[in-house]
Amino acid sequence: MAIEDSHVRRAAHLARLAISDDQASGFVDDLSRIIDMVDQLQSIDTTGISPLSHPLDATQRLRADEVTETNQRDTFQRCAPAVENGLYLVPRVVE
Amino acid sequence: MHEKTLTQLAAALKSGEFSSRELTAHFLQRIDKADGKLNSFISVTAEQALRQAEVADNARAAGKTGPLAGIPLALKDIFCTQGLKTSCGSKMLDNFIAPYNATVVEKLNAAGTISLGKTNMDEFAMGSSNESSYYGPVKNPWDLTAVPGGSSGGSAAAVAAGLVPAAMGTDTGGSIRQPAAFCGITGLKPTYGRVSRFGIIAYASSLDQAGPLARSAEDCAHLLGVIAGHDGRDSTSVARGVPDYVEGLNAPLSGLKIGLPKEYFGDGLDPEVEKAVREAVKVYESLGATVREVSLPHTHYAIPAYYVIAPAEASSNLSRYDGVRFGHRCDNPSDLIDLYKRSREEGFGEEVKRRILIGTHTLSEGFFDAYYTKAQQVRRLIRQDFLDAFEDVDVLMGPASPTPAFDLGAKKDPVSMYLQDIYTIAVNLAGIPGISVPAGFVGGRPVGLQILGTHFAEAQLLNVAHQFQQATDWHLQRPAFAEEYA
Amino acid sequence: MQWETVIGLEVHVQLATRSKIFSGASTAFGAEPNTQACAVDLGLPGVLPVLNEQAVAMAVQFGLAVHADIAEVSVFDRKNYFYPDLPKGYQTSQMYHPIVGPGEVEITLEDGSTKHIRIHHAHLEEDAGKSLHEDFHGMTGIDLNRAGTPLLEIVSEPDMRSAKEAAAYLKAIHSIVTYLGISDGNMAEGSMRCDVNVSVRPKGQEAFGTRAEIKNVNSFRFVERAIAFEVERQIELIEDGGSVVQETRLFDPDRDETRSMRTKEEANDYRYFPCPDLLPVVLDQAYLDHLRSQLPELPADKRERFQNELGLSAYDANVISASRDMAEFFEAVHSECGDAKQAANWVQGELSGALNRESLSIANSPISARQLGELISRVLDDTINGKAAKEVFQALWNGQGESADEVIEAKGLKQVTDTGAIEAMIDQVIADSPAQVAQYRDSEPEKRGKMIGYFVGQVMKASRGTANPQQVNGLLKEKLDALL
Repeated sequence: MAIEDSHVRRAAHLARLAISDDQASGFVDDLSRIIDMVDQLQSIDTTGISPLSHPLDATQRLRADEVTETNQRDTFQRCAPAVENGLYLVPRVVE
Repeated sequence: MHEKTLTQLAAALKSGEFSSRELTAHFLQRIDKADGKLNSFISVTAEQALRQAEVADNARAAGKTGPLAGIPLALKDIFCTQGLKTSCGSKMLDNFIAPYNATVVEKLNAAGTISLGKTNMDEFAMGSSNESSYYGPVKNPWDLTAVPGGSSGGSAAAVAAGLVPAAMGTDTGGSIRQPAAFCGITGLKPTYGRVSRFGIIAYASSLDQAGPLARSAEDCAHLLGVIAGHDGRDSTSVARGVPDYVEGLNAPLSGLKIGLPKEYFGDGLDPEVEKAVREAVKVYESLGATVREVSLPHTHYAIPAYYVIAPAEASSNLSRYDGVRFGHRCDNPSDLIDLYKRSREEGFGEEVKRRILIGTHTLSEGFFDAYYTKAQQVRRLIRQDFLDAFEDVDVLMGPASPTPAFDLGAKKDPVSMYLQDIYTIAVNLAGIPGISVPAGFVGGRPVGLQILGTHFAEAQLLNVAHQFQQATDWHLQRPAFAEEYA
Repeated sequence: MQWETVIGLEVHVQLATRSKIFSGASTAFGAEPNTQACAVDLGLPGVLPVLNEQAVAMAVQFGLAVHADIAEVSVFDRKNYFYPDLPKGYQTSQMYHPIVGPGEVEITLEDGSTKHIRIHHAHLEEDAGKSLHEDFHGMTGIDLNRAGTPLLEIVSEPDMRSAKEAAAYLKAIHSIVTYLGISDGNMAEGSMRCDVNVSVRPKGQEAFGTRAEIKNVNSFRFVERAIAFEVERQIELIEDGGSVVQETRLFDPDRDETRSMRTKEEANDYRYFPCPDLLPVVLDQAYLDHLRSQLPELPADKRERFQNELGLSAYDANVISASRDMAEFFEAVHSECGDAKQAANWVQGELSGALNRESLSIANSPISARQLGELISRVLDDTINGKAAKEVFQALWNGQGESADEVIEAKGLKQVTDTGAIEAMIDQVIADSPAQVAQYRDSEPEKRGKMIGYFVGQVMKASRGTANPQQVNGLLKEKLDALL
């Protein structure tokens, strides 16, 4: 399935990546080649094969419902770009 | 000191031949002298290392040490290290000081090992040449015009150059085995779930696995014993006992059944590499093993399947880098969308963006079934190929990479770079363990023999690799760089 | 044209676990911002989720309570989108294989009739944080304490046909989750939140109309009001020749209207895929049987028992069974006094009134079920009369005494039933009221019945309320009539 400019721009928007027009055309070329390679998958008959998400057939272990974490706000916010009164700051969000 | 293996270093520390402090200072000095040329470290934590060494020496004096106490190691900069920069090779995390240790780091600390620093890597572990690092490419100590492989290229180059006795890496599609092969050292990717992923910055969660890069299989056995094991903080880590990997190293190989996947010896394989690998197989025959050809019929679909699954997982895993809670944030964002888009545009490099875009595209409406679901189905077929093969043989052998290390800048086209991982990538999709051991040289650049086993067959792989290293001396070869510059 | 309303609800219930669904951080409400957001909740690099067993157990309990199929294998998926209150850039949810499959809930309408509403499925997911829009120099503040709190999203089929049915359904869900103890059900604190899907269609038409989704309707009352407004809006729109747009709308309780939300994302494409950090959750029969054996009696069963075995009216049974606390209080009062009707009257009347006045929940009632039951017993065995009973109730409420008997004793409220004593008081009142006696005597016989009230009042006053009113009435009539 061929990659078009609109695919790249849509993916870039969904992934919140700013791309210039120049970059977009470069990505169209790269992604086209990658998708061409990936499209080899279409030649295999996978009827009746269930998808494999994890390499081992393991199941989820469950954790006891216990509070094990303590307040580490100061530590965690030391690497935050903008905080005030313990809150992370972002440009105003319009609801 | 830098000529010794871990086993030899442990013995020397025990006998008091030198202290951990002396040993640590020696390696720090080598890094200081040589790494300007190699660029294998992103950060060197000399002060902390010397402090740790002193603690180890004191503990030894008090008689309270394990076998690896006081031995210096290095960590790929993908492992979170508390209070230290953990960049994952990215501008995005250039300012990120991890608030916790990865479980692997905790276990190494508990064993008393010393960390000399954080090694260079492809950005977010996405690459096969170490050229995608924000901190610049790493050079191959065998030939400074060649790549060291990737993504654990810094770890492999540092070990090969004798800047550190061993290092930790991660392997998502070959990122331990391929750089180990390119740098002439031994690298083990354990079974998925054998080593905890907690605190390892995720690239593709269902494929990522940490393992050691060292000078010998025996060294890898020591290190795997330390880092393996169940971790309550990683749901995918496996609750299964950890065997003594060193104990079984000397088991004889007579009767060992080796399979050679015919798909691993086909088009695209450098004939000189093939020759080296077949020579290595002959060594095994001389040790009493039998060899037969097997088939892994879906091998050629491994790269296509991988380049759907890994980027899909990555596109989601890397969404947390949004400039809000940590990491790079653009200047003066005009609004929320601008904050996201510019922070991510500025913080990520080309290859990371490429994979985020592929992953986002293949997961999106209208493409999901054709790509993602299909790739997961093919993944099952690929795993089945291996499980079927291991019904007939004990281990599989083949080249770790179709060529020796290529020149820096040689692979301009992403797809030609991806195709480098043809022999390593299926292993991650299947979750089985694999090890690469040095098996010769082509044009002065090392060749790696890859040995694969079924799930949790690490002890057997290490035994098989160790026996080869008892019979050959490829793993003892050192690049001239190790003496010239360091 | 006659219109029919079609409503489906998505109810998000915060599960009452101590720790978060994927981390060991506390879920307690009201902490300082970001003090209960651990590395996992913040989505810091390298951290991983581990599933809370209690969240799973609670989801299963809900499923069993609504007679749903519980999935043997359920899977967590990632729902990918960027929003500042969503730290990882994806919400871990269950898209394709939810833990609770189809089930049903019985609702009771005001007229006592019942209806079954089908549950499409219920799935586990993590809650997001909160955006605070106060002015931080034109910035929004993000508090991630709530991020990672376990939610059970309960999705109904579009089976409701009126705002009242929707409210009754929401109440039924509220009852079930609070009975099970899997949520505190506190809508004011956001423990239960509701999205409403509303459409209208001409009566008799089978195809559904285009629906609007109304977000965050967070009280029983608002559900009715939001639906009422939205139905009217849609009908008006269609009748004026327009058409309903499929969109998300927000209910504004202050202006009593819904309005179109600016969408979070122009083109939503959540790119769901199985979360690679979590493995399939596999539940076996023994586990389900164990949880089933632990289920409490549920509201619908209680309601039925109250009606059929205790003889309560459909209305009383419904009101009392709606809350587990009230039902259990009622049952304790009943077991003490033995009279279900009286117990129901007191619990719904005097007690509920007093609790409402002081904004107390029944769990915090100052008067215990045992005390109330005993008080009712004293009425039933004629120890005190109704008026005194209210005084005893007030005294117990205020903590003036441990038991009804103690209060009765201390205040001398014991009913006087001794005929001689009552006669003596009557004689005194008659002697003290010559004018009234004369008036009584001179009245038409049919008016005398009314006039007797004066004398009853005087006798009751003389007895300080303790005389048995029936006896007073009878004896007075005899004595006055004897004077004629």
